[in-house]
Amino acid sequence: MNPHALKRNDLLRLALVGLAALAPLVPAIAANSFFMHVLILILLYASMAQAWNIIGGYGGQTSFGHAVFFGIGAYGAGMAVVTYGMSPWPGALIGMLSAAVVAVLISYPCFKLSGHYFAIATFAIVEIFNRVFLVWYWVGGALGLDYPLVEEGLANLMWYDSKAGYFYCALTLFVLVFGIVRFLEGHRFGYYLRAVRAGQETAESLGVNSTAVKLAAMALSAALAALCGAFFVQYNLRVDPGMVMSLDMSMKFVLVTILGGAGTLAGPLLGAAVLVPLQEYTRALWGGLGGGVDLIIFGFLIVVIVVKQPAGITGIVRDIAKRLGRKSAAEKGGASLGAA
Amino acid sequence: MDTLLQVLLDGMLNGMLYALVAVGLCLIWGVMDVINFAHGEYVMIAMYLTYWLGFLANVDPLVSMFAGGLFIFILGALTYRLIIKYTIGKPPLSALLATFGLAMLLKNLCLNQFTPNYRILSGTWLGDRTFQLGAIIVPVPQLVTAALAIVVIGLVFFMLRSTRFGWAVQATAMDKEAAELMGINTERIYLLVFGIGGATVGIAGGIMPTYLAVHPEVGTMFSLIAFICVAMGGFGSIPGALVAALLVGVVEALGGYYIAPVFKYVAVFGLYLALVLLRPKGIFGW
Repeated sequence: MNPHALKRNDLLRLALVGLAALAPLVPAIAANSFFMHVLILILLYASMAQAWNIIGGYGGQTSFGHAVFFGIGAYGAGMAVVTYGMSPWPGALIGMLSAAVVAVLISYPCFKLSGHYFAIATFAIVEIFNRVFLVWYWVGGALGLDYPLVEEGLANLMWYDSKAGYFYCALTLFVLVFGIVRFLEGHRFGYYLRAVRAGQETAESLGVNSTAVKLAAMALSAALAALCGAFFVQYNLRVDPGMVMSLDMSMKFVLVTILGGAGTLAGPLLGAAVLVPLQEYTRALWGGLGGGVDLIIFGFLIVVIVVKQPAGITGIVRDIAKRLGRKSAAEKGGASLGAA
Repeated sequence: MDTLLQVLLDGMLNGMLYALVAVGLCLIWGVMDVINFAHGEYVMIAMYLTYWLGFLANVDPLVSMFAGGLFIFILGALTYRLIIKYTIGKPPLSALLATFGLAMLLKNLCLNQFTPNYRILSGTWLGDRTFQLGAIIVPVPQLVTAALAIVVIGLVFFMLRSTRFGWAVQATAMDKEAAELMGINTERIYLLVFGIGGATVGIAGGIMPTYLAVHPEVGTMFSLIAFICVAMGGFGSIPGALVAALLVGVVEALGGYYIAPVFKYVAVFGLYLALVLLRPKGIFGW
């Protein structure tokens, strides 16, 4: 690596840290509630995508089943509040644990399947869970769970007047999930995981227990997805099977990550930062016009991004950085560097 | 006993419809290793085409299904030219994601243009005709669809096995580079395979409005069912997809009747999971 690029990387990192340090101040300046809503969703989707990224990006197992784990987390928090009149926190914790257990139980047999067979099996699992929750009386059935009005505050994870509380929670969630993934990237486990993605047989021949690694990654990914689900339900104050356990929800995990750049730390944030405002503002602008215009544009953009830059937005950023780097190198008169 | 026979018959007739929808997906998957997520949306568009031809120009579905086949042939070829072509050789699921975007686009385009209303075509030739066979009631439109499915699947199978074009397709599916070295224009093969896959599903969608309501969400379930049939049958195996589709239809009908209507898809997806865990490459896969 040439010293010039290293320096720019450091600058970039510094800028990011600076931005992150400023983030807690956002509610003070952004009084506009819709803008806050978009910011909260960006943080939530980035966290969801990052949770998926553990197994889908770093582990290379494209799961379309994360709506199940997300839904289990959402129902954990929702039932704690609605059915048992408690604080959502223990429910969220139980949801995370159950999601991890369910993930291991489902994945153990499914990891034997390859490629499209695995993807379709995870589709099937989402549909099964969706139908079962639709008729399961204990979890509220098709009607879902509607939140009662309880006292606002951190204990109940609920706020009415201002979105600031939700914003800080989403920020905490985001920092937590990104922190975990950042830690794993440098940890032995992260290397095992990437080794399994690059070549399972090779990894095994070097003594990596690929099944254990993949299962652990799936359990962690599912637990974090469930935590995001718990936040989602607290933010929406209602949950039903169609909202959380649907293929569309599963696709959101996958799309945000892949469009941002799978298997990279920044990818999920980039994907969420581009897709969420796109989704929310197109909906706000055209959502009323006969319906569907926002999703038409959204679908079109997905096609364009996948076709034009399969490495996602990370790839686009990299291209631009490369081009800028080349230009600055040329300006300095480094002709040989520019050609390289 | 009669009820059981009736449920089995309904299941098998439905299974034949699923087979007709799945055969195009199977062909595309087998030759190009691409899952087309917009497959169900092709069904939906063909259904709308038939519906509007019937509603505005009084054309019967039995005639307009050919228009549906032609239209989706063109749409399939366009999908290949504009989207799929650029995803080949890229990360394995890019085609799936791109076609998911396409599915979203098409579905919402129809939602926007035609509203989410359920539309039913009345006064068609086949209409609600039924006849009795012992104690069993046989619905004529479904029976005709099943016959159509046999004809179309037979034609596709014959084309693959016994024509020069079919041999070229098989060669391309086995080894693209080697096929190119033998002078096969694989680009053209891919284009035509996508078109033919589209045409079969266009015919399926074309006849469906005789007895099924048209709405923008109709395709989603057909996509999933077609995926299940093809994966269960085994990578690109047309007889496999046919058997799997019949199995899916029967299990769906039995589950829906004897357990509960909501559980019919649970039964189908459960069957898929059970089967694919026993045979990870499907019934006829290797």
